[in-house]
Amino acid sequence: MKPPPFHYHAPTTLADALTVLGETGPHGKILAGGQSLIPLLNMRLAAPAHLIDINRLAELDRVDVDDGGVRVGALARHARVEADRSAAEAIPLLRQGLRLVAHPVIRNRGTTVGSLVHADPSAEMPAVLALLGGSLDLVSASGRRTVAAADLYVGPLESCLRADELAVCARFPRPAPGTGTAFVEIARRRGDYAVCGVAALVTLDDDLRVAAARAAYLSMAPVPHVLDLIEAVAGRPPDTADFAAAGRLARGRLDPEDDIHATAEYRAHLAEVLTARALREAAEAAVGALGASRPDPERAT
Amino acid sequence: MNEETHEIRLRVNGVPRAATVPARRLLSDCLRHDLGLTGTHVGCEHGVCGACTVLLDGRPVRSCLMFAVGADGHEVTTVEGLAAADGTPHPVQRAFRECHGLQCGFCTPGFLTVVAAFLEENPEPTEEQAREAIGGNLCRCTGYVNIVRAVLRAAELRRAAGRDPQAGDPAPRGPVRRQRP
Ligand SMILES: Cc1cc2nc3c(=O)[nH]c(=O)nc-3n(C[C@H](O)[C@H](O)[C@H](O)COP(=O)(O)OP(=O)(O)OC[C@H]3O[C@@H](n4cnc5c(N)ncnc54)[C@H](O)[C@@H]3O)c2cc1C
Ligand code: FES
Ligand code: FES
Repeated sequence: MKPPPFHYHAPTTLADALTVLGETGPHGKILAGGQSLIPLLNMRLAAPAHLIDINRLAELDRVDVDDGGVRVGALARHARVEADRSAAEAIPLLRQGLRLVAHPVIRNRGTTVGSLVHADPSAEMPAVLALLGGSLDLVSASGRRTVAAADLYVGPLESCLRADELAVCARFPRPAPGTGTAFVEIARRRGDYAVCGVAALVTLDDDLRVAAARAAYLSMAPVPHVLDLIEAVAGRPPDTADFAAAGRLARGRLDPEDDIHATAEYRAHLAEVLTARALREAAEAAVGALGASRPDPERAT
Repeated sequence: MNEETHEIRLRVNGVPRAATVPARRLLSDCLRHDLGLTGTHVGCEHGVCGACTVLLDGRPVRSCLMFAVGADGHEVTTVEGLAAADGTPHPVQRAFRECHGLQCGFCTPGFLTVVAAFLEENPEPTEEQAREAIGGNLCRCTGYVNIVRAVLRAAELRRAAGRDPQAGDPAPRGPVRRQRP
């Protein structure tokens, strides 16, 4: 089908974009990569009176890496963030997650910040932001605020942005030293939204024992769901840690629903298996990271 | 009701073009209806099938998930722009013909544009990489086996042409003109 008519605005500065957004209020929608919004328009599931196209705001097309972590501007496409070497070195989970977002052709256009705002419960990057404890910077004509991932998501396809707010950048903090991460998911076909997905993080202490183990889930709850699973594996060296027990612990704490793609029971089963797999991979990555940063051979396993 | 329209200018297959379109005109419809380039096919308009894929400034994108106004000032390559100026087919087109990589041909323009861009980035793909590259394109006819073969064969043809442009294999002429802003 074809999109309904709308008034098109193509501001070339952030200030102009915010002015238009302030004026159109609830009748305006921001158009970033369009990879979620245009399908909704084509299906006539959305019919905003105004579209504010931010693709000419070159100032938002940036990825910055510093000691604090990675800042991704609103116009940085998934493909660009994925290809950014220093971002991937600082936070390997970014690339691990982005590789699972749709297909390369969609990633050439879709933006990472757009995906964070769109708040699809099956999307990868909201889970990454939630697991790392990141945040989103929002600006409007009347001010600026930073919202933590934990407060950002209200429900499926619903984030807490006000109608006059534009997300200018996402902040992904660097994980603690000694941390490894992994992202695993099951989708019907490669590139589809996952039936269940798990982003996991394991931190090892100086004695190479598990000091932190967390996982974030997609397609398992209305919003990205983060679980602290340390109690199943605390203090164990990675090769004897009982990650399967962590999987069972996660399953007990998740309450997925049936839909046309899968039953709740099947999802719960996947969550258990994928949790164990993701944590094990993350622990291996943590060992690798420590080995690389510390040449002492006695430490390396 | 008169819908407000916009003047756009873009380069399509190397030729400067202009059109007057309503903001809601999809790039796919602009190419087909306003510019008469019906090689770009439209299957789903959800971004799922890949038939509408074109190259925007050299990179493959879904033309059904872009507005024509958004392509203003950009460079678009459609399947019509893959062959050389004298009509010699692009190596990817030759490979699809040789390997029977198409039956009804509906999906083919999307595969050709995606594969042409993919081989620019990765001239020597493994079979696994070839499969991944076409993972976002649907074909209801072929079962994909011959398409995967065609991707690998196209890579061979490009390499042969690169080594010896006189050997009858035309040097691959750019679908991909890199002009990233
Ligand atoms: C076939 C297909 C498969 C896909 N598969 C996946 C998948 O497996 N995983 C996945 O995560 N995603 C998937 N996607 C979605 C893709 O990742 C989108 O790029 C992303 O969800 C939205 O980013 P966008 O830049 O395209 O946003 P748009 O579509 O432009 O916008 C989406 C929404 O966010 C709002 N918005 C965008 N940017 C801002 C901003 N800076 N400030 C305020 N509001 C803003 C818009 O107003 C709109 O409501 C898929 C898409 C397609 C078409
Ligand atoms: S028509 Fe564009 S992806 Fe199907
Ligand atoms: S050849 Fe018929 S859909 Fe692919």
